[in-house]
Amino acid sequence: MRHHFSRIHAFSCGKASIIRDNEEHSLLGGPGFSRIVYCNGAEGSGNLELNYGDNYVSTTKYTLATFLPKSLFEQFRRVANFYFLVCAILSFFPVSPYSAVSNVVPLVVVVSATMGKEAVEDWRRFKQDVEMNNRRVKVHNGEGDFDHSKWRDLRVGDIVKVEKDEFFPADLILLSSSYDEAICYVETMNLDGETNLKLKQALEETSKLQEDSNFQNFSATIKCEDPNANLYSFVGSLELDDQQYPLSPQQLLLRDSKLRNTDFIYGVVIFTGHDTKVMQNSTDPPSKRSNVERRMDKIIYFLFLILFLISFIGSIFFGIATREDLENGRMKRWYLRPDDTSIYYDPKKAPIGATLHFLTALMLYSYLIPISLYVSIEIVKVLQSIFINQDLNMYYEETDQPAHARTSNLNEELGQVDTILSDKTGTLTCNSMEFIKCSIAGVAYGQGVTEVERAMARRKGLELTEDDNVANSEAKSSIKGFNFMDERIMNGNWYKEPHAYVIQKFLRLLAVCHTAIPEVDEETGKVSYEAESPDEAAFVIAARELGFEFYERTQSSIMLRELNSVSGKITERDYQLLNILEFTSARKRMSVIVRDEEGKLLLLSKGADSVMFERLAKNGREFEEKTKQHINEYADAGLRTLILAYRELDEDEYNQFNKEFMEAKNLVSADREQVIEEISKKIEKDLILLGATAVEDKLQNGVPECIDKLAQAGIKLWVLTGDKMETAINIGYACSLLRQGMKQIIISSDTPEAKSLEKAEDKSAADAAIKEIVLRQLREGEALLSSSNENSEAIALIIDGKSLTHALDDDVMDLFLELAIGCASVICCRSSPKQKALVTRLVKTKTGSTTLAIGDGANDVGMLQEADIGIGISGVEGMQAVMSSDIAIAQFRFLERLLLVHGHWCYRRISSMICYFFYKNIAFGLTLFFYEIYASFSGEAAYNDWFLSLYNVFFTSLPVIALGVFDQDVSAKLCLKFPLLYQEGVQNVLFSWKRILGWAFNGVLNATLIFFFCVKAIEYQAFRKGGEVAGLQELGATMYTCVVWVVNCQMALSINYFTYIQHIFIWGGILLWYLFLLAYGAMDPTLSTTAYKVFVEACAPAPSYWLITLLVLVTSLLPYFIYASIQMRFYPMFHQMIQWIRSDGQATDPEYVNVVRQRSIRHTTVGFTARFQASQRLEASKRLQV
Amino acid sequence: MSTDPSTSSAAAAEEKSNKRKSKKPKYSRFTQQELPAWQPILTPRWVITIFTLIALVFIPVGLAAFSASQSVVEVEYEYDTACIPDSYKDNATAYIKDDNTNKTCTQKLSIKSKMQAPIFVYYQLDNFYQNHRRYVKSRSDEQLRTKDKENDVSSCSPEDYVTINNKSEPIVPCGLIAWSLFNDTYKIQNKDKEVVINKTNIAWASDRTTKFGSDVYPKNFQASGLIGGAKLDPTKPLSEQEDLIVWMRTAALPKFRKLYGKIETDLEANDEIVVVIENNYNTYEFGGKKSLVLSTATWIGGRNNFLGIAYVVIGSMSLLLALGFLLLYILKPRPLGDPTYLSWNKNPGGLR
Repeated sequence: MRHHFSRIHAFSCGKASIIRDNEEHSLLGGPGFSRIVYCNGAEGSGNLELNYGDNYVSTTKYTLATFLPKSLFEQFRRVANFYFLVCAILSFFPVSPYSAVSNVVPLVVVVSATMGKEAVEDWRRFKQDVEMNNRRVKVHNGEGDFDHSKWRDLRVGDIVKVEKDEFFPADLILLSSSYDEAICYVETMNLDGETNLKLKQALEETSKLQEDSNFQNFSATIKCEDPNANLYSFVGSLELDDQQYPLSPQQLLLRDSKLRNTDFIYGVVIFTGHDTKVMQNSTDPPSKRSNVERRMDKIIYFLFLILFLISFIGSIFFGIATREDLENGRMKRWYLRPDDTSIYYDPKKAPIGATLHFLTALMLYSYLIPISLYVSIEIVKVLQSIFINQDLNMYYEETDQPAHARTSNLNEELGQVDTILSDKTGTLTCNSMEFIKCSIAGVAYGQGVTEVERAMARRKGLELTEDDNVANSEAKSSIKGFNFMDERIMNGNWYKEPHAYVIQKFLRLLAVCHTAIPEVDEETGKVSYEAESPDEAAFVIAARELGFEFYERTQSSIMLRELNSVSGKITERDYQLLNILEFTSARKRMSVIVRDEEGKLLLLSKGADSVMFERLAKNGREFEEKTKQHINEYADAGLRTLILAYRELDEDEYNQFNKEFMEAKNLVSADREQVIEEISKKIEKDLILLGATAVEDKLQNGVPECIDKLAQAGIKLWVLTGDKMETAINIGYACSLLRQGMKQIIISSDTPEAKSLEKAEDKSAADAAIKEIVLRQLREGEALLSSSNENSEAIALIIDGKSLTHALDDDVMDLFLELAIGCASVICCRSSPKQKALVTRLVKTKTGSTTLAIGDGANDVGMLQEADIGIGISGVEGMQAVMSSDIAIAQFRFLERLLLVHGHWCYRRISSMICYFFYKNIAFGLTLFFYEIYASFSGEAAYNDWFLSLYNVFFTSLPVIALGVFDQDVSAKLCLKFPLLYQEGVQNVLFSWKRILGWAFNGVLNATLIFFFCVKAIEYQAFRKGGEVAGLQELGATMYTCVVWVVNCQMALSINYFTYIQHIFIWGGILLWYLFLLAYGAMDPTLSTTAYKVFVEACAPAPSYWLITLLVLVTSLLPYFIYASIQMRFYPMFHQMIQWIRSDGQATDPEYVNVVRQRSIRHTTVGFTARFQASQRLEASKRLQV
Repeated sequence: MSTDPSTSSAAAAEEKSNKRKSKKPKYSRFTQQELPAWQPILTPRWVITIFTLIALVFIPVGLAAFSASQSVVEVEYEYDTACIPDSYKDNATAYIKDDNTNKTCTQKLSIKSKMQAPIFVYYQLDNFYQNHRRYVKSRSDEQLRTKDKENDVSSCSPEDYVTINNKSEPIVPCGLIAWSLFNDTYKIQNKDKEVVINKTNIAWASDRTTKFGSDVYPKNFQASGLIGGAKLDPTKPLSEQEDLIVWMRTAALPKFRKLYGKIETDLEANDEIVVVIENNYNTYEFGGKKSLVLSTATWIGGRNNFLGIAYVVIGSMSLLLALGFLLLYILKPRPLGDPTYLSWNKNPGGLR
């Protein structure tokens, strides 16, 4: 099974690099090119002295030793935590208004909780590393044998043997393979996302090393470049038997790529561990913070400002009061002994006292700053992530993949996504092509239903019958790449059709005109194919299934097994392969010239409709009209079409052509390609149309519905793909991002004008000229856009990679962005990973809106990391994207639930939670300040130390966490029913400054009411029936009781989703306070200090204590309650409208819901709903014209 | 072709894990966030019901509290200026600081309405910051509680030690609070008969039993040069010094009353009582006021109308709001089932 493939695959990259090598090789030994590797690193060979790192790869953030200092540092980098650290340190000094222990404990709790979370996360990463490092590979043991060894133990210079479908453990130099020519196939999906196989070839000098034992005495020295991140370049040389041989990327096998179609290879390790190119490429994922958190920081700064302000005011008043205590040696407040006092209260040094008091005040009012906010948010987010991971609706049965939130930082950001930037292959599509329909001789065959048609049908209400679906799924499972159902031509029935001879030619063309390689399973005799592109594979498979099995390719012939349908016999046919006229994106077609067994010369051609129809012969246009019609139908169904045509050549013509063609092929000049193209063009004419194929670039399940929902939710979807423009446009149709009749602005550098410019000598001038072209196209687009804005037409923007390079230039960027934002759909094709990232950054920074990038391949990594949220599709293409994503899901369609349900909930939960946090801390902190007014600003707290410190961590924290984890404004079902609800997040309604300040105001109001009502009610009269008055402790306990009641009940009032958890936490929080009061008050006075028996003896027996609690509670809640009642009834927000619908019981009435939804929805421009509406409009206008 | 060990082992592992567990999340209503939940929304019915309920509870409670407060009889006599002899009117501090001036001051008070026993006698101070941080912290709970901790005076400076015979002795009870103990005394006569002021059981029971030791006796108290307030009987343990215990319960606000004693006989309406005040305490220095207060108490405590009035006001407001909302809902009903009312487009304000 050894073939010579070099004729089929062009070694273009190899050639180019070899030429370059000659210049670059002079660099070896110099700076940046100093690595020396002694191959087959036997002892004493010197590799050990060179001290290259081992192959151990670690992605953890901390080690055992650095964990404590590093994570502590991380913790206290946060302003709030640092502040509390300072407070905790200060609390050991007399400035402190309360005891040190009570102040340190909450901080320790909070910080250790966060650190615990960090530790657990890092532990998980560590376990992943261990798995990777302990993978096994065969390594030469020095005696001609290869033993299994762990990846981590690999050293530079080791010879390894990698077998089929294994990953390369490190960067290797290919020495030899199971093929004679020492070639091997490599899949680099993990690196660049490209699915096609790359060919690598070893140096001829080493290719003879075919046996394990050959390596016993092998030794060589490699000199090469130092580790760097460039995946596509490599410079080095191999010294073997005193001879120098240049090494190029052609010999380099990169870690994390996979050996395919080759039984084994031998290679020598040159870069290990973190030196490998792929590891050099992986940057630390940028730590992402959500918008909400950034705004939260601002609020914290705002609170700090207030804190400093009131502390300042307090210390001024304190300074004045202190200074006046001593007047000309006479003590005023003699009971404070101002004559004999410490520095803190010294009237003679009042300014110093005031300054120190400022510190005291900062600590005293620290309850304005929610110490537990960060840790609560972290806890909540982790729990939210668990819910995301646990969601059964986002679990993909086929690959056994649940959703996986890798970071929990961005949950709420999921609810604010404005633009989605999506990869195509593997993300929108399954990356598998299915032959689904064809049109032969003007007759449409194939009854398969495409995903798009299915979605359209559902939209129209014509639910497909179950049978169809079952049939589909059966067909799917049987043969990959083939989803064709038509009794008329299947099972050899085609000969009964009227144009049987055309069908025969059609199928034969499919089986012959391609560059695929068959692979015969020796046991079962089944043939599978390895093709450059999946659609080509689909053609060969289709041909096989329809009775034209291609089973062997030699350099000069193609062998088919043809089913003779009349006799039922299988005949083997041999087509002599004369020439292949290759596919290029400019030609948009490929042809082969073969001689069949009868000796006839045939030119078989397939290509895009735009180039094929014009090349038909006059007598070959028999089916043109019909075929064109079918093609349009197919395109609208989201299919990729190709036209098939053929022509018989006569010998003279062929000989003439062949001569020219061969000459051109051997031409060594820059315009060689062009000459070949010219010659090919001459022969590809006067074709006879056979028909058209339609291949479905299989969309993932539910993608059109998902896109439709997302469009309804007002989320924009941009497709960034590395694919060809035609493919991208096709997928655009398939996903309903494009539709018939939609105006398209196509910006392309693939125009003849640009092409001719490219050939010019002066590169920079050409570049500028191309840029000019792009700019012109952009301007034209802009003009079109503004004109169509008036009649609100949807416009699509399609731009290719080369133009994108120019469009992303600083001076053009804004124009491009403006145009892109104005368009309903944006498709960027042929874009490189870097461009994807750049576009993402452009959208993110220039519009300031939240971007979400979704992709599955390593080529999407940059985009995923650049976007506010990166979503990786886990499954087919390696793990690279998943590893750098924030959240991994198994299917694109789960995005709908992830955003509309989880995103919305998380956004709502987190923003309500933060608002509430500020509210409750303002409500509490300000009572302390108000009390100071009555305590001569001396810094005496109204509450017991432990009351203070347990406020945030004990009595009020659980309900907030319950809010953050469990609250739902509307159920998941309704979230999906009313996708527009999502706009609440995009427009940030729930976390607007208005709302935040509203809550802050409520906090101020509550603090005022609580404090002054308590003070007024308690005053100086008898508190109990026994005549005892209320002192500081009773006032403190009463006020604190009020605060606990008010903030907990405010919580109950502001949520409207009570599960037993909410009940337990809210009412439990209040109950806990009483229990604490009892328990703490019953402790020995040494521990309980001022709280000793305060509740049992003083408060509980006094009816006024209970009356005050009730009064303050109701009074404090009343303003909010009035506001909420009015707002709910007369100015409901969108989620409240949905709540109304639910409570009115109309949520189950589909008619009604639909009406509300329709009325609420903005005019969507993409998605199949829009397509459906557009087609309806079209029909209506047609009817009008008639 | 040789079998690939790594993939086959991986496959085997996969198979194993499949058998053991698939990664499929387990269904439970909890993990799927489908717990049964009560989802109330503020429908007109709820709003009106709640307001009405508040009104129904608050108005009666308020009226009861108000009437209880009104039924308290209170006699207040501010004597800080009245008890200064005319000759010292301009120099009250000199008068109060002079040990040789006669501090006794007699005043007649008339009882307006009948006061039923027990009648509580309070002294009321104003502009006295017992809640000052320096003051509040200036005590040693340990020392007050146990005899052994008599040297535990670190928080009491400057009233911590006194030098007697060149020896530093701890003060018991130490600190500013104890040192500034109130020392005015009152005697009351009704119809020329001494009214007994019972000075026991005026402090918290727990203070007497737990916080102030029965074996701790005052020591070196008010022995330094500067004398703050009252002196203590060194033969009585702290647990029996109820004036001190009451005083040491620091007040919350600068204007406060403290229980002085109880009168356990009724005072009739129009009784003319004579109070004899020993005006010793220096409130003049810091501009404070002193009053003597006689007051009865009911279930709600002493006289303070605030609670009752507040209850009634809030109750009435709720009633008005209930009516207001009722009217609003009648006049401006939201038609049930009218989709236009609940459409996004109509209410862009709901979004922005």
